[in-house]
Amino acid sequence: MSTTPGTPPTPTTDRSGKTGTTSESPHGQSAPVRPGSSLGLTPEQFGTPGTPGTPGPPGPGDPVAAEPTPTAGRLPQALSPGLLLASAAAVAGLLLLLGRFTVVGTVVLTAVVYTVGIYVVARVVEGHRRAVDRVVTALVTVAFVLAMAPLVSLIWTVATRGLARFDVAFFTQSMAGVVGEGGGAAHAIIGTLQVTGIATLISVPVGIMASVWLVEYGKGPLKRGITFLVDVMTGIPSIVAGLFAFALFSLLLGDPGHRSGIAGAIALSVLMTPVVVRTCEEMLKLVPDELREASFALGVPRWRTITKVVLPTSIGGIAAGVTIAIARVIGETAPLLITLGFTTGFNFDMTEGRASTLPVFAFDQFRNRGLPPEAFIDRAWTAALSLIIIVMVLNGIGRLIAYLYAPKTNR
Amino acid sequence: MTATATPPVAQAPKAVTRRGDKIFSGIALAAALTILVTLAGVAAFLLAEGYPAFGAPAEDLGADSFVALVGPLLFGTIYSSILALLFAAPVAVGIALYISHYAPRRLARAFGYVIDLLAAVPSVVFGFWGITVLAPFLVPGYVWLEANLGFIPLFAGPVAKSGFVMLTAALVLAVMILPIMTAVCREVFLQTPRLHEEAALALGATRWEMIQMAVLPYGRSGIVSGAMLGLGRALGETLAVTIILSVNPTVIVFNLISSQNPSTIPANIALNFPEATGIGVSVLVATGLVLFVLTFAVNYLARLVASRGFSGAAG
Repeated sequence: MSTTPGTPPTPTTDRSGKTGTTSESPHGQSAPVRPGSSLGLTPEQFGTPGTPGTPGPPGPGDPVAAEPTPTAGRLPQALSPGLLLASAAAVAGLLLLLGRFTVVGTVVLTAVVYTVGIYVVARVVEGHRRAVDRVVTALVTVAFVLAMAPLVSLIWTVATRGLARFDVAFFTQSMAGVVGEGGGAAHAIIGTLQVTGIATLISVPVGIMASVWLVEYGKGPLKRGITFLVDVMTGIPSIVAGLFAFALFSLLLGDPGHRSGIAGAIALSVLMTPVVVRTCEEMLKLVPDELREASFALGVPRWRTITKVVLPTSIGGIAAGVTIAIARVIGETAPLLITLGFTTGFNFDMTEGRASTLPVFAFDQFRNRGLPPEAFIDRAWTAALSLIIIVMVLNGIGRLIAYLYAPKTNR
Repeated sequence: MTATATPPVAQAPKAVTRRGDKIFSGIALAAALTILVTLAGVAAFLLAEGYPAFGAPAEDLGADSFVALVGPLLFGTIYSSILALLFAAPVAVGIALYISHYAPRRLARAFGYVIDLLAAVPSVVFGFWGITVLAPFLVPGYVWLEANLGFIPLFAGPVAKSGFVMLTAALVLAVMILPIMTAVCREVFLQTPRLHEEAALALGATRWEMIQMAVLPYGRSGIVSGAMLGLGRALGETLAVTIILSVNPTVIVFNLISSQNPSTIPANIALNFPEATGIGVSVLVATGLVLFVLTFAVNYLARLVASRGFSGAAG
């Protein structure tokens, strides 16, 4: 239900479990008319629903506050978790009795039972508006848990299945000459490090300088245009970036089947640069203008001010942003599938020929299975696990740097 | 005193043009322009490489015309993305509300990071998970859908027993676009003026009524913008769809749970590019150009909505 500020809820619909008007029902005596009563609001509605942990006590000097707080019309705080536990127990018990117990089924049914239950209870005790509020709280929490489920399931799956081949051979051997079991992804890991490294070498200087221009120099429509296009560029599909790099090299070199590490790195830097620009821009904006002005006042040229004052001040944030940008592109599969393809052996030459990278290796092993298929699937999962570990570690490092070097403000 | 000496000193910095400054600002401008050049270059090179496909004879295309070839792919791309958006949008708004207004203040930031972790998972891993865990998990549900809602064409059988169907792909896409939509919504919800919220609460609104009155109207443009950014991501998502759907690019099927599924542009490219030669490469690049134009338009609109909406809401 929606209640606009101008139309207070009517007393009768407000508290369906009660009779009479709100000004007298909670107290059983004629309370002195206060401003709130004229709006048709009960005293407990003056509490702060936004912070359920601290049930807002009525202000001192309030004549109602002196009386014992009326708990009728307000559910006790312990009821909500209690009802949740009861629903879970009931659902689990019922499913066990029926012999169809599953964890997922229990969780789903518990959520449904709890939501319905809390609505009915709150509706009877607290009235329609609070009942709706409680249902929405339940739904919003369910939405969060719903998003957690795939993440937990995914990480669990990758961890358990990936451990099968998480051994020394996987990280020291290539797939050269390997037909069935054995072999490893060392060539793919080297390839990933090389391609991502080159992409970083391209994107970071371009990204930082572009953000310097946007923050320190840019103005007018060009600045607005570039800011806008950077935002749009973050949405380029990764496969389009791969096609672009392929088209660039095959047209410029006249080689219709071009595959090389450089092309892959270009594709990744198309994806990475806008991310670097965005994060660096945010970090440079955080540098206080007083620092720049102090430097100017000492007669330091603008470019020296930027390189000696502005950039060092924000270096932590920039490093964090770059790390997270690397984490974003290191798992990209589609552009590398197009520009690099895959091989079975090492290819250290980034300027020519196919080379494997970890994500493409995982995809290839999963898709083009030989005999026995389990060996290929195991390798794919282990590659996926390695990839996730790399990405999570990079993200963690990025957050840690950002946390350690966060500007000391009062925020 | 030497007061007479100050005016020329004050004017002097304007006259000075340092070579270092010029070089440095020139480099910075060049870097910024690289962004423009790259975007233009993407369009130009895709056009140049894909151009032969537009007039290619039917036997080279494997279809009557380029439009006939790209049509079903475009349908599959948009269909799967819209489905993913329908699943993800309400959940994303719910998560954003939970983090911004419901979760304990201390945990809210950590919860935000956890959601961001979803964005960090490589898409190929999502594909593995979708095909290994999610698809088998959903098959009983599909069987139920066919048995009970089979009269709706979307759920008419026969159910693919593998679970490698459009609905699975759309659900995986939905999970993948959750983080970006959540992030955008969360940012906007957190920017809701505190006074609006407190005014609503002071009038006796419950928390949900406060959100209805203060937070959602303020964040409407953010929700729309986040949804469109998510749509853009879903349109370009490659590997998860490639892995999950058994591809048959020439069909336009609305059925969500049968083994007949339309392919998507990126999945089609990823599957066929490694073996493509000659005109085949051009055809794939041309479909990539179509995808680029589509996602560019969606992202452009999303940013437009965001910039318009924020200024409108603030003013």
